[in-house]
Amino acid sequence: MNQVEILRFALRGLLANKMRSALTTLGILIGVAAVILLVAVGEGSSRSIQQNIQRLGANTLTISPSFSGGGGFGGPGGGGGGNTGPRTQARPLTLADAKALTDRAAAPSVRSVSPVVTAGSATAAYGAASHSVAQLVGTYPSYFEATNKPVEQGTYFFNDDVLAARKVIVLGRTVVEELFGTVDPVGKQVSVSGVPFTVVGVLKEAGSSGTQDADDVAVAPLPAVQQSLSGFGSLSSIVVQATGAAATTTAQAEVTAVLNQRHGVTTSPDYRILNQATLQETVSEATGTFTVLLAAVAAISLLVGGIGITNIMLVTVTERTREIGIRKAVGAPRGAILGQFLMEATLLSLVGGLLGVLVAFAGTRFAIAGIQPVLVPSSVALALGVSVGIGLFFGGYPANRAAGLRPIQALRHE
Amino acid sequence: MTAPVLQVKDLVKEYGEGDAKVRALRGVSLEVERGDYVAVMGASGSGKSTLMNILGCLDVPTSGRYLIDGADVGSLDEHRLAVLRNRRVGFVFQSFNLIPRMSALANVELPLVYGGVGQAERRARALEALERVGLAERVHHEPNQLSGGQQQRVAVARALVTAPALLLADEPTGNLDTASTRDVLRILDELSESGRTIVLITHEDDVAAHAKRVIRLVDGEIVEDRRQAPVGGPPPRRTGAAR
Repeated sequence: MNQVEILRFALRGLLANKMRSALTTLGILIGVAAVILLVAVGEGSSRSIQQNIQRLGANTLTISPSFSGGGGFGGPGGGGGGNTGPRTQARPLTLADAKALTDRAAAPSVRSVSPVVTAGSATAAYGAASHSVAQLVGTYPSYFEATNKPVEQGTYFFNDDVLAARKVIVLGRTVVEELFGTVDPVGKQVSVSGVPFTVVGVLKEAGSSGTQDADDVAVAPLPAVQQSLSGFGSLSSIVVQATGAAATTTAQAEVTAVLNQRHGVTTSPDYRILNQATLQETVSEATGTFTVLLAAVAAISLLVGGIGITNIMLVTVTERTREIGIRKAVGAPRGAILGQFLMEATLLSLVGGLLGVLVAFAGTRFAIAGIQPVLVPSSVALALGVSVGIGLFFGGYPANRAAGLRPIQALRHE
Repeated sequence: MTAPVLQVKDLVKEYGEGDAKVRALRGVSLEVERGDYVAVMGASGSGKSTLMNILGCLDVPTSGRYLIDGADVGSLDEHRLAVLRNRRVGFVFQSFNLIPRMSALANVELPLVYGGVGQAERRARALEALERVGLAERVHHEPNQLSGGQQQRVAVARALVTAPALLLADEPTGNLDTASTRDVLRILDELSESGRTIVLITHEDDVAAHAKRVIRLVDGEIVEDRRQAPVGGPPPRRTGAAR
């Protein structure tokens, strides 16, 4: 009695009830495919979020004023007509702060500093077309590198432009499409809230990050924006690029030291530092939890599939009790009967598992809910292993019951 | 003189517990020599089927000793018992008990598969056995495509194919019409003539007339043990037919 014969008997047993075998296989198929697909979707979303974060700029710290800082409690300061300033006690971020951060001695880990002002709801117009730019940024040329915004067409603006406060502008892809359509925008004049700017470049398409369109943006030299749009008030934020990925934490410490000294901070600071690396860690932790949750849901469906196998095997054993009796009467040893039914259960789960993997492979080629799933090889191995394990484990009980029957009991069974 | 194929001593089989206890066999002792052809007769409830199941190692006695070919069945573990059923005993049932959806050939091959015989030899032996029962033309038919008589002949072929020391038949003609009964009995006569040891259960005198020895069982006890023909000679009906 060799394994090949047992396999043949098992196959014959399964093929005798094609519909039933197919449906049982389907249960496992769905379970395995769900595990692999959902883990892939989780992984895909986690990667796309991380890519979005990286797109915001690598190794950067974003310093922004904090409204709750500066000590005391109560609502935002009733400073009245000032610009969107922090509380009266809190000092706003100024150009001088930004200059101070460029001090090589005080902040050696800082590679570049880009002061940023943003003008909300600026309307850009070209000819008859107009478009409300979501984010108009006034800054220094180093901003492009720090925030990872390469120019695709035309050029950046330069330090000269900043010093001369030239009205030049670099547009994001969405703004270009809205205003120019297919026309080459470089060299054209657009008016931003009534002030004419010359387009010098177009940013490379960044894609949307969540709800925000990262391409609905326009970047101009800092003084030009201050002169014409935002006024010479405080900065919206300062983008600091560290010298390397490993240096972001030291850079953060140095920036904190410099700003604390300048703002006279003793307890809670009147600014916030957003560390890209920390953000990335937090987000990947969150998406990790999300992936585990998805996998847990999928695992339940795999378990249900396994119980389906037990159920079918129990039915099969009951239904074929007489056949088991005949086999025993002609001298089938216990092991052969056990092997046959275990093999049947394992085949069901293995075939279901393999088909599930195929379905999952096919499924990961399509974007699901806007997320491109990323296949995780370990999830494939795990799902397949678990499905075979389920076959052995859940098939074991019915198979054992079949093998343990006394021939005469089995033969008398109707 | 070789050892008897079958040796049974004080076989007792009880079913149930307490008040519901039924004594199906009340101390049956029996010896069957090699080449003998024994018919066990009795009314229903006389314990003949119980005796047969124990002889075929399908059931275990409550007490008593049972030896096949000198091997004590009571001392064998489950695996050895399976091997014994496979090699030494061929069983023919009243209700045929072929496995559905398997061809006649596959059904006959089954004991050889469990006996670990290689594919080519298995096929040759199964075909030979089927030819012997006159079914060479129908080897690829499934049981439900065969008549009752043909099914029973497949079952006989299955019992024969391992060349067992003992062929047990539990009312093999009970479910058959006269023509098929004649076919099956002729095959059994031929087998007996070629030296095979056969134990057969029946309640029909016509069937019992084919045996060399008739044992009558009443209420789990042997009441009559009559020899109709010598062990070494041909079965009685066979000699009659030859005349």
